[in-house]
Amino acid sequence: MLTVQGLSAGYGGFQALFDVSLEVKAGETVAVIGPNGAGKTTLLRAISRLIDASSGEVSMEGRRLNDVPAHDVIGYGIAHVPEHRRLFPRLTVEDNLRMGAFTPAARARFRERLERVYRHFPRMRERRDQAAGTLSGGEQQMCAIGRALMSGPKLLLLDEPSAGLAPVVVQSTFEVIRQMSAEGYTVLIVEQNIRQVLKVAQRAYLLETGRIKLQGSAGELLESGLIRKAYLGL
Amino acid sequence: MGQTFDLFLLEAIVNGVLLGGILALLALGLNLIFGVIDVVWICYAELIMIGMYCVYYLHASFGWPLWLAFAGSVALVSLLGVLLHQYVIRPVLGAEPINQLLVTGGVLFLLQGLATLAFGVEFRNLGVRLPTLEVGEMFISVARLIAFGAALAGMVATYLFLKRTYLGTAIRAISQDRSIMPLMGVNPNRIFLITSAIGGALAGLAACLLVLQYDIHPAIGLSFGPIAFLVCVLGGLGNLVGGFVAAFIFAQLISVGGYFFHLEWGYVIAFLFFIAVMFWKPRGLFGGKS
Repeated sequence: MLTVQGLSAGYGGFQALFDVSLEVKAGETVAVIGPNGAGKTTLLRAISRLIDASSGEVSMEGRRLNDVPAHDVIGYGIAHVPEHRRLFPRLTVEDNLRMGAFTPAARARFRERLERVYRHFPRMRERRDQAAGTLSGGEQQMCAIGRALMSGPKLLLLDEPSAGLAPVVVQSTFEVIRQMSAEGYTVLIVEQNIRQVLKVAQRAYLLETGRIKLQGSAGELLESGLIRKAYLGL
Repeated sequence: MGQTFDLFLLEAIVNGVLLGGILALLALGLNLIFGVIDVVWICYAELIMIGMYCVYYLHASFGWPLWLAFAGSVALVSLLGVLLHQYVIRPVLGAEPINQLLVTGGVLFLLQGLATLAFGVEFRNLGVRLPTLEVGEMFISVARLIAFGAALAGMVATYLFLKRTYLGTAIRAISQDRSIMPLMGVNPNRIFLITSAIGGALAGLAACLLVLQYDIHPAIGLSFGPIAFLVCVLGGLGNLVGGFVAAFIFAQLISVGGYFFHLEWGYVIAFLFFIAVMFWKPRGLFGGKS
């Protein structure tokens, strides 16, 4: 579904990604793991076209994204839940969800998808008229994921969904991701919480200082000596 | 004697309310632009001046019916707002605030100069005489009453648009987090252009209402531009509701202050109040953006 081929990208004179290649097949949940500053967020931002690639190619279902303006990427079926969730704090929960359905194609199905998001996350229905900034961390994460689902995406990009959440909320967030995956959503998830994310992902890539260092099934990565030593402290 | 005293005071209060309506309309346009785009249109009142000339020429020279001249003015100033954004604001969006202030300040003098060249310095009057209403023993200008009603209608329409539509929601959203808007499928520049068109249309509407009350000349913008800006700052720059409330406070100070002392004293009192508030609450009575 999503193919990234030899991607390099960065900010100004600083290069954050070097020749990164990866693939996400339809129905898969794929994780990109790695330490802080490895370039994980940059990778997602380059896929969403929030930043330009300096070389390499990104394509979705065979269609090249490199020259697509960022605001048209959603039309290719890609929804991106950014780092720190980035809800509109002074808009209500429902208005945040409405923004997720901004494109004309999504507006037509707003009611139906809103209902589905509310069924998924009953807390969002309870808090529909509340400013998003007043939600707890876990609720904000639900709202951010719900907002992404409002566009009816084929591929979900999740940037550090567990960051800044209390341990018990981290658990429930990964549970939500497992559900999405079970419902057939294709997910590319970037995480520092390696132990947890490898439980929900089928395959994973290890990104270090902007380069892919390892790749394989989630099980293989969990067993690899490099990851056990450097990241899991075993 | 005591009764006459109260009557004049009441008249001053009513006039203050009417003035407040038009000030609130002026503040709304400026606040909307600042709240969404983060740039102050220093030349806002000069857009209104152009709109006033537009009504004047369409109606008095070309003989268009007044309502059509009004529509023409709203359309023209709205277009000017779009051009202003696309060719003046957009190139400096990432620049220092002082540069943004200076370019729109430049446009102020440009428009004033062009208007002087094109229309001359003489005062022009639309020549529409609206009657004065006598309510009880008070005198109320119909022009002001119309201005108040239309300003209120314009504000309600803007409010409903912002609250009830996808575009309006996007306009509120972009003022809170500009950089993730593309992830929602929103082209920020398109939202900025739409916001500029609305800001321009509000200036055009203000032009229609002011042209009924004031003579037109190239420097007319200076007589209400600074006040509109002060009202915005008083209410908290970018805070639409704050600007609305501040407009009525400011107008009452001018009107009732003018009644108790002397007309010019009204302005002195209002500006003194403004300065005092700036010491006490530098971000305005109601804080910043909302």
